[in-house]
Amino acid sequence: MRLIPCLDVDAGRVVKGIKFVEIRDAGDPVELALRYGDAGADELVFLDITASSDGRDTMLAVVEKVAENLFIPFTVGGGIRTVDDARRLLRAGADKVSFNTAAVNDPDLLARSADEFGEQCVVVAIDARRRNSSDPSAGWEVVTHGGRTPAGLDALEWAVEVCRLGAGELLVTSMDRDGTKVGYDIELLQEVGAITNVPVIASGGVGTLDHLVAGAVEGGAQALLAASIFHFGAHTIAEAKAHLALAGVEVRPV
Amino acid sequence: MTTIAIVDYGIGNLRSAEKALQFVGADAFLTSDSARIAAAEAVVVPGVGNFGACMSALQAGGLAEVVRDCATSRKPFLGICVGMQMLFDGSDEAPRVPGLGVLKGNVKRLSDSERLPHIAWNTVAVSPDSRMFSGLGKNPWLYFVHSYAAVVTEESVTTHWTSYGHRFVCAVESGNVWATQFHPEKSGSVGLSLLENFVKAAS
Repeated sequence: MRLIPCLDVDAGRVVKGIKFVEIRDAGDPVELALRYGDAGADELVFLDITASSDGRDTMLAVVEKVAENLFIPFTVGGGIRTVDDARRLLRAGADKVSFNTAAVNDPDLLARSADEFGEQCVVVAIDARRRNSSDPSAGWEVVTHGGRTPAGLDALEWAVEVCRLGAGELLVTSMDRDGTKVGYDIELLQEVGAITNVPVIASGGVGTLDHLVAGAVEGGAQALLAASIFHFGAHTIAEAKAHLALAGVEVRPV
Repeated sequence: MTTIAIVDYGIGNLRSAEKALQFVGADAFLTSDSARIAAAEAVVVPGVGNFGACMSALQAGGLAEVVRDCATSRKPFLGICVGMQMLFDGSDEAPRVPGLGVLKGNVKRLSDSERLPHIAWNTVAVSPDSRMFSGLGKNPWLYFVHSYAAVVTEESVTTHWTSYGHRFVCAVESGNVWATQFHPEKSGSVGLSLLENFVKAAS
């Protein structure tokens, strides 16, 4: 089981404060990435939430610096619209790129990227929202732009389609749960897992260490992404891994 | 400082391998120049993605020959991921594309009973007297991203194993040639120690 902290980056700085025990948030993505690497994270995801194009070049510089010093895999997502965008990030040192809105607008982008870089570099982020919050049988719709815009796609059908096009991994975020700390949407993970055959990264809603266990054991995910539970110092990577191990989930020791 | 040529044939994230080798004290550099590759004290061939695409790119760059020459010389040689796979006779991923044929065997797809690609940290069952894994314990954790793996048919080759759906060879040592299906440059401190062992073998 991979444990993956996610860092939101805006114009080259990590947003949402990040607090390591007794170390003040520096906001520097490179510094924070290295700390997570040392702390035993299995992988990192950087989500570029920068709106401006200047900021994108800043992200490229961040990726280069991270790649110079961090010797675990990392994925970069956010605003990747073209194969060229992806190539620049991979050349700068990212191991994988994550497509979201651009894949919805131009699904063939996934095929072109998989052809050029291999499917193992192509992560598709699916932001899914329940059609009926209390009834999973009503299904999930894909949303874009941080959950504001319905994409007019069924999340499960979309998951199958992106795998057909060349996704090597799915980053499945519950927009109902994101930021709520009530736990992953387990039914969503189960459904996506049942109809696809690539690794699934669970995302959205982790508030406790038991939520991580649930994502692995009940949700059946291959990787667990979390942000605030680590950033705000509630738990260390080591604590999370110890908790998973106690529940019988195999993790790489810290 | 040991000079290590990292063969740049336009495929994949080569920066990680370069930075990791520099981190453990090598004079590592990316190059697509046959003469520089031939002159280096050691050679590393990374690779990601499709076997056929990697072999074609290696040949298009006029580098297949120098890579084969280095691997069949006494020069320390390290193939990583598809850089390992290309050392074999061929791959089911691209049945019409011959490999470099430095090591005997073929590359096969992993079992479809598991999710592919295999993206995970796995423990490796290290064979005794390994130079590559020296000092890393019997079951070190390393990072994998792949859907294919080599089936080695040469008994003289030292093989190290892991499992995903079934057991497969995830690293080999054969004289000067070392190769890993996992990514040492992405496997944290364990991976760096392995690369350090390679640099030591080359110096």
